[in-house]
Amino acid sequence: MKPIHKEMQPSNPDSGEQRWAQEFAQAVPGDPTLMNRSGIPVKPLYTPADRQGKSYDEVGYPGQYPFTRGIYPSMYRGRSWSQRQLIGLGVPEQYNARVKEMLGLGASALSLIPCNSVFRGYDADEVPAELLGTCGTVINNADDMATALDGVPIDTISTAMNDPSPFTLLAFELAVAKRRGVPWEKITGTSNQSDCISHFVANHMFFRLSLQGARRVIVDHIKFCNQQVPNWNALSIVGQHMQQAGATAAEAMAFTLASGVQYAEDCIRAGMDPDQFLPRFTFFFDISVSLFEEVAKFRAGRRVWARLCKERLGAKDPRSWRFKFHGQTSGVDLTRQQPLNNIARVTTQAIAGIFGGLQSLHTDSYDEVFSTPTAEAARIAVATQNILREEAHLTDVIDPLGGSYYVETLTDQMEERINAIIAMIDAEGGMYHAVEKGIVQRMIGESALSFQQKVDAGEQTIVGVNAYKVDEDPATYVSQEYPSAQLMGSYLDRLAAYKKKRSQSAVQNTLSELARSANDGQRNVFEHVVLAAEAGATHGEICGTLRRELGFGQPLTMV
Amino acid sequence: MEKRPPRVIVTKIGFDGHDRGSRVIAACLRDAGMEVIYTPPWQEIGAVVKLALEEDADVIGISSLATDHLIVPKLMEALRSAGLADVQVIVGGIVPHKDEAKLLESGVARVFHPGTALDEVVAQVQALTVKRREMQEVQS
Repeated sequence: MKPIHKEMQPSNPDSGEQRWAQEFAQAVPGDPTLMNRSGIPVKPLYTPADRQGKSYDEVGYPGQYPFTRGIYPSMYRGRSWSQRQLIGLGVPEQYNARVKEMLGLGASALSLIPCNSVFRGYDADEVPAELLGTCGTVINNADDMATALDGVPIDTISTAMNDPSPFTLLAFELAVAKRRGVPWEKITGTSNQSDCISHFVANHMFFRLSLQGARRVIVDHIKFCNQQVPNWNALSIVGQHMQQAGATAAEAMAFTLASGVQYAEDCIRAGMDPDQFLPRFTFFFDISVSLFEEVAKFRAGRRVWARLCKERLGAKDPRSWRFKFHGQTSGVDLTRQQPLNNIARVTTQAIAGIFGGLQSLHTDSYDEVFSTPTAEAARIAVATQNILREEAHLTDVIDPLGGSYYVETLTDQMEERINAIIAMIDAEGGMYHAVEKGIVQRMIGESALSFQQKVDAGEQTIVGVNAYKVDEDPATYVSQEYPSAQLMGSYLDRLAAYKKKRSQSAVQNTLSELARSANDGQRNVFEHVVLAAEAGATHGEICGTLRRELGFGQPLTMV
Repeated sequence: MEKRPPRVIVTKIGFDGHDRGSRVIAACLRDAGMEVIYTPPWQEIGAVVKLALEEDADVIGISSLATDHLIVPKLMEALRSAGLADVQVIVGGIVPHKDEAKLLESGVARVFHPGTALDEVVAQVQALTVKRREMQEVQS
């Protein structure tokens, strides 16, 4: 029999710890070490011996460097996380109705998921009609955005636009703000999905421009927002895609922070002050059902980012060191089998995120394994957050798992692993180089395959999939209806009318200027995106113009 | 004639870019000894048909997470027009129950839902390859 971990050998042979170790070995023969998904060995018990030589100063207080216990002194005692549910379906009117309903139910921020045709950078009249509006809302111009946000107080409600380079949805929102007389300083929210590296590597959804073209536009976007929309988070660096694609929790955190360093270094090279832009950097992560591993991932991530900002990027303002993040419960963990079980999974994931100290949360609907969420399932997802906060009292104490021998040890181990992967990426010349060489893609692919093999071998239980199966009829579950062909047809008519009625010369002029800005390093591309949007240019026209000037490169995918 | 391993195209059509499923399936079929032709996402239907012709594919695997399965019937039509009705098409991913029958009606051989074991996918692809080659023999 292999000895239990060396550090668990107690100093005093008569101690309680020694007795426990013997009794445990008798009860559970064999090596008691398990591995978590990040490949970190997990022992059956953690004790003060695991924390020997560690000072509490290395953990610190909430709101204080290195922020292990949270980025704000008050955390959820001060204010709850933002309840930000992704919404996107059909036409702008449908989006608007669902948003108003969700705000009425307690959602405190909104998030817009556009149609996949918008993801790809096309207008609705350029694509197969049967796909329109089936996965998100078709938003092609400033009028569409005005409809989608009708009656929504955009000066007080934070809006997340899932839309990266060239950020046309934000441009449309800014045009709407101008029409309503809302000053841009009052617009709050986030350019979600702005991380072009994660799209190049992992889910490829919002990949519209070549990697280097997107790299250029994102720096201009950060600069423009810093100056003109100062309360807007211009960058959201995304770990979610990579973890959903199969990266382990440690890999996802490390790759994301390594990307953050690249974006920050590009901004510094463009003449920006880290204390200007870093406070507006945000992150977006997946929360898997592996609860303790996720809590440790977030606690370690906060610490690593704070150190990178302070020591490597030279930020002096403590606000620049804060690791602000939105979490989304992991869709990959959800099962089509016995789908109501997904409510239990989402609840567990949400607990992990809340104990991990997130600032904003999306809880998945249990039916996302079938389709875009139905209204009822979306209501349950929001209620889950309300139950955890107000019935279960998860928020009464800040970082309630802090001080746990296990959680603190796991946080340290996760930090070591994250730092090792960042060092490996640095040795490759940074994330841009690493992803262009396919190194990151290969690691993620290997982790995905290895996880699937563990599931197939029964080493990792998935209830209802490889264990505890029941006979069930999938026909009993309802899925979201697709928008009717008639509805999308009327949208296409409206788009045609929109394109006809605007000032063609204003559109042409602003698009030509946009094209020129793409080839002129002295001009700000995003400023010209905003001007074109205001003049009536559509999403497809703006993306098309930049695709011609900056190129489109297939993301690097490999098996 | 020596028995050739199955030749399988693993691809995605439409707009969606999530490729965890297609990559895991491609790696698993390759590890099972098959010849896998893997493409990045967003393939045009015409490009998939051309690839099937050029590569003499036995099976085409379409991975779909975000409603791209809705244009699979168009692919089936295009394969038939190109004289490739014998090529077996499978779809894997998020396919609502109500859409599965439509896909099967359009000629899709099999729809794999989340939670399917990799072994089962391998076995099905092998069986469909046998079926396709028998169809070819009958034709010739």
